[in-house]
Amino acid sequence: MEKSNSEPMVAVSVKNINKKYDKVVALDNITFEANQGEIFGIIGPDGAGKTTLFRILTTLLLADSGTATVDGYDVVKDYRKIRRIIGYMPGKFSLYQDLSVEENLAFFATIFNTTIQENYNLIKDIYQQIEPFKNRKAGKLSGGMKQKLALCCALIHKPTVLFLDEPTTGVDPVSRKEFWEMLKKLKEQNISILVSTPYMDEASLCDRIAFIQDGHFLKIDTPAGITSQFGEKLWAVEADDMYKLLLDLRSNPHVKSSFTFGENHHITVDNSLTMEDLKKYLSDKGNTTIQIKEIQPGIEDAFMQLTENKQHE
Amino acid sequence: MIKYLLEKEFKQIVRNPFMPRLILFMPVMTLLIMPWAANQEIKNIKLSVVDNDHSSYSERLIQKVIASGYFILEDLSNSNDEALKSIESGKADLILDISPEFEKNLISTGTAEVMISANAVNGTKGGLGSGYLSAIMSDFADDITTERGLNAGTGVTPGIQIVPHNKYNLYLDYKVFMVPALVVMLLTMLTGFLPALNIVGEKEAGTIEQMNVTPVSKFTFILGKLIPYWIIGFVVLSIAFILAALVYGLYPVGNLLTIYFYASIYILVVSGLGLVISNYSDTMQQAMFVMFFFMLILILLSGLFTPVSSMPDWAQWVSRVNPLSYFIQVMRAIYLKGSGIRELLPQLFSLLGFALVFNLWAVWSYRKSS
Repeated sequence: MEKSNSEPMVAVSVKNINKKYDKVVALDNITFEANQGEIFGIIGPDGAGKTTLFRILTTLLLADSGTATVDGYDVVKDYRKIRRIIGYMPGKFSLYQDLSVEENLAFFATIFNTTIQENYNLIKDIYQQIEPFKNRKAGKLSGGMKQKLALCCALIHKPTVLFLDEPTTGVDPVSRKEFWEMLKKLKEQNISILVSTPYMDEASLCDRIAFIQDGHFLKIDTPAGITSQFGEKLWAVEADDMYKLLLDLRSNPHVKSSFTFGENHHITVDNSLTMEDLKKYLSDKGNTTIQIKEIQPGIEDAFMQLTENKQHE
Repeated sequence: MIKYLLEKEFKQIVRNPFMPRLILFMPVMTLLIMPWAANQEIKNIKLSVVDNDHSSYSERLIQKVIASGYFILEDLSNSNDEALKSIESGKADLILDISPEFEKNLISTGTAEVMISANAVNGTKGGLGSGYLSAIMSDFADDITTERGLNAGTGVTPGIQIVPHNKYNLYLDYKVFMVPALVVMLLTMLTGFLPALNIVGEKEAGTIEQMNVTPVSKFTFILGKLIPYWIIGFVVLSIAFILAALVYGLYPVGNLLTIYFYASIYILVVSGLGLVISNYSDTMQQAMFVMFFFMLILILLSGLFTPVSSMPDWAQWVSRVNPLSYFIQVMRAIYLKGSGIRELLPQLFSLLGFALVFNLWAVWSYRKSS
């Protein structure tokens, strides 16, 4: 663990990783690098292969082919060394439910040959929030508190790389926000963080993100980089009957794509179409109180565009 | 490292609302109830008597049969057909049919005929019942001969008298025979099921995954699971010994330490088997049923309830690869006969072999599954 300035800049390096479960391809030739001290987000829907990738990187699963290193250590050859320096928080809460908060933390500290006191400063901000409940059984905590405890347990041995598999799934919005603030603080401690999430709104909180779908990486870039490469006109359209509106939009040949985004539809159009033309087209079709406005693409728009393009290939 | 794992394990066991009670109550209940219930002495056989003679001798015979304590006189029938009906209706298990000329023949020729018919739906009951009845008959015949011989002043028919002497279990007490075997069953159930279910439980809860990303090696992890159940096994064994002494007045003839020594190996064998099963199971239910399947076969083919030597050849072969049967032999030999390690060397090597095979298999299958 005593590594000095000669540390490589790359925290996690993955080259051509493949993994199949029987005939289902879970990971298809994944290659990427996550740098030291950055929050690297892996964004994708359920079943895209996020957990499989995490399990390979945390030495729980062997890839069919390809190589991966964590902090310079090979995930197959040096798995013992990796287990000493990483923190892993699985998607499912997996601490001992019948042990108390404090006992869980003390247990995970001792098996890493350390104590709570030794690394207390690292977890202090998080642990203070659950400390009032330190004698409560872990199984009796609320969802948000469970996540905080799991994060504490993953951090108690001062890992250099932290793997968080869907840490905010099933957690209330306030706790989610708090959780991401904690991650930012950890990043300042020079801990590299790999985090997966199905929530697009969390993607913009990462330093860099990778879109994953059906075992493929669609794109790796900074959130700003991804939205700036959108390169198309994006409009938000609203009307009284949203479903009819969607069908009408999709039947217009100038509309390239249209998806429902909460209270309005996001559409990309070719340059020949003006807002007035579209409004006229829609009101001719019988839509009422039509509103169209130009918007800046978000991460989710980018993801939809990428998956769309992928399907057309 | 192992120290912390054990500390955690014991905390969990004590905190579990079910486990400490199971560890305490299972041996107590098994030893208090099973030896009385699992008893192969047949008592209370329902008897239907057809007395065609109605003489004083036939009366005496019936009295003698009832007085033996094995039989209950269900009814006195007038004919064999009537008696058969009570067998058919399930009222009687056995018919004793005394021939019409019973007394006359007995006095004049010294021999007389009775017929015994048994309902053999329950084979043991039928077989043993007619066995007991025949024994009483010949005893009765002896009585009559002696009596008449003395009365007549003539010589007694010389015969061979067999005086059975049951070594090691003087009064053929079934409980003495059962208690050591029940201790084996207990140990098998507790130390076989519990570690297996514990590991599968960690699989289900996902905690095993969290453990696997720590520096705790798989070997240490498994050892951390085995040792607590080893200790529990010893606790159960001790409870069983105390109960056997207090309730049945049964003290081991042999050395208690020898029993603990064999038990320590045996616990390794069964928990090894449990671990193998847990490695191939993903859920508690799965592990439970597979374990149950093996337990049933192993217990029935171990000689716990029925002697191995009276099993068909194939079953005897199965019992040879059944660790239970070896440990039952050991327990009975030490407890009742007072054998030492020297006499029980083959069993020692067999058990060591099983322990080695199962635990190597457990380690191998654990590696493979991840």
